[in-house]
Amino acid sequence: MLKNSTRLHIPEPGHRPGETPDLSHIKVPPAGEVRRPAEDTDPAEIRDLAWALIRVLDDAGNPVGDWNPGLPAALLEKGLRAMMLTRAYDARMVRVQRQGKTSFYMKSTGEEAVAVAAALALEYGDMCFPTYRQQGLLVARDWPLVDMMNQVYSNSRDRLKGRQMPVFYSSREAGFFSISGNLATQYSQAVGWAMASASESDSRIAAAWIGEGATAEGDFHHALTFASVYQAPVVLNIVNNQWAISSFSGIAGGERTTFASRGLGYGIPSLRVDGNDFLAVYAVTRWAANRARSGLGPTVIELFTYRAEGHSTSDDPSKYRPGAEAAAWPLGDPIERLKTHMIGAGLWDEERHAALEKELEDEVRAAGKESESYGTLKEGARIPASTMFDDVYKEMPPHLVEQRRQAGV
Amino acid sequence: MATMNMIEALNSAMDVALTRDPAVTIFGQDVGYFGGVFRATDGLQRKHGLTRVFDAPISEGGIVAVAVGMGAYGKRPVVEIQFADYIYPATDQLISEAARMRYRTGGEWWSPITVRSPYGGGIYGGQTHSQSPEGIFTHVAGLKTVIPSNPYDAKGLLIAAIEDDDPVLFFEPKRLYNGPFDGHHDRPVEPWSKHAASEVPEGHYVVPLGKANIVRAGSAVTVLAYGTMVHVALAAASETGIDAEVIDLRTLMPLDLETITQSVSRTGRCVVVHEATRTCGFGAELAALVQEHCFFDLEAPIERVTGWDTPYPHAFEWDYFPGPKRVGDALRRAMEA
Repeated sequence: MLKNSTRLHIPEPGHRPGETPDLSHIKVPPAGEVRRPAEDTDPAEIRDLAWALIRVLDDAGNPVGDWNPGLPAALLEKGLRAMMLTRAYDARMVRVQRQGKTSFYMKSTGEEAVAVAAALALEYGDMCFPTYRQQGLLVARDWPLVDMMNQVYSNSRDRLKGRQMPVFYSSREAGFFSISGNLATQYSQAVGWAMASASESDSRIAAAWIGEGATAEGDFHHALTFASVYQAPVVLNIVNNQWAISSFSGIAGGERTTFASRGLGYGIPSLRVDGNDFLAVYAVTRWAANRARSGLGPTVIELFTYRAEGHSTSDDPSKYRPGAEAAAWPLGDPIERLKTHMIGAGLWDEERHAALEKELEDEVRAAGKESESYGTLKEGARIPASTMFDDVYKEMPPHLVEQRRQAGV
Repeated sequence: MATMNMIEALNSAMDVALTRDPAVTIFGQDVGYFGGVFRATDGLQRKHGLTRVFDAPISEGGIVAVAVGMGAYGKRPVVEIQFADYIYPATDQLISEAARMRYRTGGEWWSPITVRSPYGGGIYGGQTHSQSPEGIFTHVAGLKTVIPSNPYDAKGLLIAAIEDDDPVLFFEPKRLYNGPFDGHHDRPVEPWSKHAASEVPEGHYVVPLGKANIVRAGSAVTVLAYGTMVHVALAAASETGIDAEVIDLRTLMPLDLETITQSVSRTGRCVVVHEATRTCGFGAELAALVQEHCFFDLEAPIERVTGWDTPYPHAFEWDYFPGPKRVGDALRRAMEA
């Protein structure tokens, strides 16, 4: 007989600051263990994959199992380069934020594979609906660093004309949809874009990203419902980096089941993947993209990773989680793991790696110097304040003409 | 020319838009096969096909989000929210996304979407089938808000809204769907066919956004109204014998300030009328603008006749709805001051 005693359960992470992190509860299955089903497999046959963890690179960096995408050396090198460039770019942007040259920045450290591998697995014309932590998409699509920096500095060459906070990039040309501060809104918009593409029998698909924290938003449910109902050609990525600012994934509903499994309730095939394994992320993205492009509908992918640094330059993670947790993360670092693989395959060596690191640092520094010559938030050239009244509407209505006059700009 | 009620005029506008522009796509709850709970999309799916006109899940936030995404692709979505009272789950997508898309991307992307929604009271709709939420949206930079008061304007404004490259909220006074209503609930309502504005061209035409219409010229006092209240204001003018100039705003944002100020500067008096609740309603903005622009011509305080600051009640429909008596009293007060 059950006792009549209710209690309110408040999820708490295993460890807080000052404690030694113990991540032994995270089950890391051996690489190569999970089968790779055919892309047109009946979704009912692969429900177990929503609780599995697709991994290609083993601890020694060897690619194993059905999911090994067998990528050519040039593509691996491109991926490694883009991940390293993203990390170098992040490092410089935090430095200039600390110097007061801009107001804010958000790194993607530890999550570079999530964006870069996906970008390389998608076609260039596919439209990405990112969050603020997929800058690697732009880098992997060879978007100029100077242009990204111009946005961070809100300088005279900022394509967003100084209107958006740093990192809220937008590039129609690079297939990188405008980032909004409002979480999850882009997730359901991506489904609409995919529906429009399908209604034109266009071969382009959409890909969307959301953090595990934002899966609690209504738009997550809207996106999955509409994607399922209309069988939209969209890849729905959930980046589970364990932390939503200070709240651990349990607060988002991660204690009872995986985030990938949420897709199953909507009838959407759902995969769970090692987000720090470049080859695995590439392989599952390609699998889902092929399904979408063949008219087989949407796929949910949970990318299991770890937010290695603070949420943003306004955040101090030492106030809510153990400092040693990132180092204890059992899935390691995406750049290190790909590097180990490439060295093991005889495609890379420490000397070339060090040389590339230096080359990318120089590239970032040169881009930074160029961008700063167009101004920073506090100094130098900037876009005239009169432009703040432009683009509210396609044509400026009379009341804005009048307010621009009153502003005296 | 054909004779149409407001529903038929709206249906005709969407038919014309679907025919002229392959990018126009219509969806919402019950709008596909069934043709809409108010019949506004009747026959459109049959004529234009499933992928142009289709049913949507009961998800206002999802409907508007999908429209924003389709707009980014290059479509021109026209979506329906079944009642304006149910638009709130979509406000994040409307306010944070659609309204700001052009601005936040420096013009790289925009949201050429039209959101149609039946609004307003006078139908015993109670709390969630009677609301007038226009003031929430006129407060948002980047949105346009349009409200027709007759079949001719309804079609011309809706075509203009669909063709507009900015996001437009198109509120349809459901009390006017079948015939004009002047607030005299105890009298039989005439069908639109007895009204001149039911003469509607069958093809393409537009009534430009941002232009008000003087529906009754007068010299004593200016009445600013829109939607159902245009007809109430006309009744009040006729019943009081006061020579009121009644202006149907038609578009609240962007507003035709010139027509308003020219009229008030001439009459020296102004009464603002709307169904929505008073405090921070659109009437407050109208009163402030008139005060700023016509202060030295005003001969009386600006009057506001609005819904009370309460949720819309069921049993007290006619105590709540600002009918011709309340508007007439305000006209007299404005004249006596």
